Amino acid sequence: MTDIKSSSPGQRPPADGAAPALALHTGISDPRTLIMRNLRQSGIFVALVIIVALFAVLTDGVSLSPGNITNIVLQYSYILVLAIGMVIVIIGGHIDLSVGSVVALTGAVSAVLVIQQGYPWWLGVLAALAVGLAVGAWHGFWVAYAGIPAFIVTLAGMLLFRGLTLRVLDNISLSPFPGEYQQIAAGFLNGLLGGQGFDAFTLLIGAVAVAGYAVGGFRTRVARIRYQQPVESFPLFVARVVLVGAVVMYFAWQLANARGLPIVLIVLAVLVLAYGLLTRRTVFGRQVYAIGGNLPAAMLSGVKVKTVNFWVFVNMGFLSAVAGIIYSSRSNGAQPAAGNMFELDAIAAAFIGGAAVTGGVGTVVGAMVGGLIMAVMSNGMQLMGVDQSMQSVVKGLVLLVAVAFDVYNKRRAGSAR
Amino acid sequence: MSDTILEMRTITKTFPGVAALQDVSITVRRGEIHAICGENGAGKSTLMKVLSGVYPSGSYDGEIVFDGRPVHFRGIRDSEAHGIVIIHQELALVPHLSIAENIFLGNERRGRSGLIDWNRANADATALLESVGLRENAVTPIAALGVGKQQLVEIAKALSKKVKLLILDEPTAALNDVDSAHLLDLLRRLRDQGITCIMISHKLGEITAIADSITVLRDGRTVERLDVRSGEVTQDRIIRGMVGRDLHSFYPDRVSSPGEEVLRVENWTVRHPTQDRTVVDDVGFTVRAGEVVGIAGLMGAGRTELAMSIFGRSYGRDISGRLFLRGRPIRARTVAEAIGNGIAYATEDRKRYGLNLIDDIRHNVSAAALRKLARLGWVHDNEEIRVAEASRRDMNIKAPSVMATVGKLSGGNQQKVVLSKWLFTDPDVLILDEPTRGIDVGAKFEIYTIVNRLVAQGKAVVLISSELPELLGMCDRIYTLAAGRLTGELPAGEATQEKLMQLMAKDKEPA
Repeated sequence: MTDIKSSSPGQRPPADGAAPALALHTGISDPRTLIMRNLRQSGIFVALVIIVALFAVLTDGVSLSPGNITNIVLQYSYILVLAIGMVIVIIGGHIDLSVGSVVALTGAVSAVLVIQQGYPWWLGVLAALAVGLAVGAWHGFWVAYAGIPAFIVTLAGMLLFRGLTLRVLDNISLSPFPGEYQQIAAGFLNGLLGGQGFDAFTLLIGAVAVAGYAVGGFRTRVARIRYQQPVESFPLFVARVVLVGAVVMYFAWQLANARGLPIVLIVLAVLVLAYGLLTRRTVFGRQVYAIGGNLPAAMLSGVKVKTVNFWVFVNMGFLSAVAGIIYSSRSNGAQPAAGNMFELDAIAAAFIGGAAVTGGVGTVVGAMVGGLIMAVMSNGMQLMGVDQSMQSVVKGLVLLVAVAFDVYNKRRAGSAR
Repeated sequence: MSDTILEMRTITKTFPGVAALQDVSITVRRGEIHAICGENGAGKSTLMKVLSGVYPSGSYDGEIVFDGRPVHFRGIRDSEAHGIVIIHQELALVPHLSIAENIFLGNERRGRSGLIDWNRANADATALLESVGLRENAVTPIAALGVGKQQLVEIAKALSKKVKLLILDEPTAALNDVDSAHLLDLLRRLRDQGITCIMISHKLGEITAIADSITVLRDGRTVERLDVRSGEVTQDRIIRGMVGRDLHSFYPDRVSSPGEEVLRVENWTVRHPTQDRTVVDDVGFTVRAGEVVGIAGLMGAGRTELAMSIFGRSYGRDISGRLFLRGRPIRARTVAEAIGNGIAYATEDRKRYGLNLIDDIRHNVSAAALRKLARLGWVHDNEEIRVAEASRRDMNIKAPSVMATVGKLSGGNQQKVVLSKWLFTDPDVLILDEPTRGIDVGAKFEIYTIVNRLVAQGKAVVLISSELPELLGMCDRIYTLAAGRLTGELPAGEATQEKLMQLMAKDKEPA
């Protein structure tokens, strides 16, 4: 009755019910085990911290100044929005090369309506979202129902929607947007609670976020213990919350000392939260992982693969439109060349954030960290006055090393496959 | 020149934990067609891999004497240089290259400049095609040919390598009757030209018709060598050699008390998804509650195809026939519908089709019935952990926690995860396709125990297996399939390995 392969001395299944929880508690509180087990996830956090510290030193602290941190948020928010959609596409085992063109097209449609035709700002926003959804449905149809590889469909889409952008704009740039529209990317929520040289409201939101993180984490932990699942030791849990709390509060403090809480940051936070839950906690999200992890197995488990793939692309179209709105607002107009190469930044963010080239692996939070690594690097190099060409070289190498590390990791761990 | 072209003496080949071949010896005479017979897993393919150098010299014990000299092959190229060519069951042709390009792949006809001399290649290919009786232009792409003609191209390719000993692994498994007859004719002609041939086949009718001598393998050992020309070797005689072993008391006892009929399949016919042939032909069967029904058949008989086409039409095209659940006709056009109707199918190849290997036990167990754990699309993840944890306990899955990655579990434990997944859908009928393939003896016993427990709870189980002792030990009734047709139904009390083999090897009755 014994299965020789699986029972090594250290992990023999315990006889009674109380023992496993105990054994697992002690087993996992060893920080080295914990780090090794989560190397893939924690690795990128460590990398982000190192890169932030590196550029803080190289720029004599300028990169961490309140003004610059605000700048990073404003400048890279649309890439992060795209990365959310992209990581889901990649988890499902696809790719989307068209997002840059879709950013341009949605911004262009919005600009034509608001700037050229004089419609109210919110109509421009709605029209852009509608165009994004339609583009997503177009891609979804070809990928899911016609069975064309996403690489081809979205490569075609990249050309197609760039062309349509030129048509819509008649090859010229449109500018400027009315004040309300500009507020989307350039607006701040501040002064709501006053403050002495800083914005108290920003700090309050930061504190609420930290409290939410702590309470949520604690509740999950309690539930896991009740179901006798392995959890990290309590001191480690506290340390994690304190660390995250400190980083968030430092970040909020810096924002509060600059211009307050950017509206795009709120949009981004809501999206990250919502899509984090969507991927981990909904039937839809879990089916995306199942499809990317093993397509035939998902089919034979009754997953409606076509429907899921269709909506993955509709969602990507939607988020491309959100990014298009933010970008057009930030650049205060629409340009034929808007969003060029955005797809590559979004794809790079997802892969640096631990998504697997073969699908089935990846997280929204990982993609955000991956995107931030790219953002901090670009921003830091700009501050240092590094040449554009060198920036491109460095970013390319970072992407290559990150994915190589991932592949190496998987080969080592995947010997059981 | 001696009369014997090949002698393999006391070949022993072990894989970690299993002896695939033990002291196997075969002797093949020059210019004969020699057949190797045995059940699935008897060691036939392993023996041929040893011979052709796929398992290089040194990885096995024993001695190979070819053409009067001991040989030690380090790889396929080595054995081919000696004139031994193996043609595998899955043909190794590149579909979008031409016949000539395929024939000379890796052995290109080069001109003086080092570039390929296409005129010479095509001319040589045409001559080779003629010698195998294939009337096709040498520049035709392989994809444009049927399987029968592709098989002939493989033989032409072997001839281009100056073959002395041709090994064919199940050459007619995928061929229709006309193509099979054509191929057998060609083998006779090659024999007359002095090419020796070793053939592995499950079709005993073919073997008695064409082979000059036969070696029978069983459980990795040589059982006997039969000389077809010298005496009366019937199919029954071969079968006796193939299965003559004791049934160990290896299967847990179960009191059988079948209840009402749960699943009935009528006139089930399925066509191959890409080729022009019928894979399942007018099959009907029933399963009752509390009953284990076996489906026996040789490779290519259509067992998996039958099961997968029933399970939400996951295989084949032009599927016709009717399904009844508890006497009521049901629709199961998609996998989701099949699951909704209480049908579950645990696949033959659990790694490729059954599990998400990069995910954990928890997510794999819930994968087929995630909606049961969700409200408004929202998954209760704590409830999911509870379900997975319960499965881990009930099935005795050996893993540190339900968060363990499935890809790192042993085969037996992976199979238990597959079973957990399907039991969580709460099925009425559970179709198990080779549930114990590739897992060790202890885990097999556990799987059998689980199956018996399910049957005791009133589930109906369909067991597809290549291991006849397993079917005899587990089933209440056994159906046999041959070439897509139902050839028999035996109650467990009457079934023996010999009877099953006869039914499984039954050639298609003339229409």
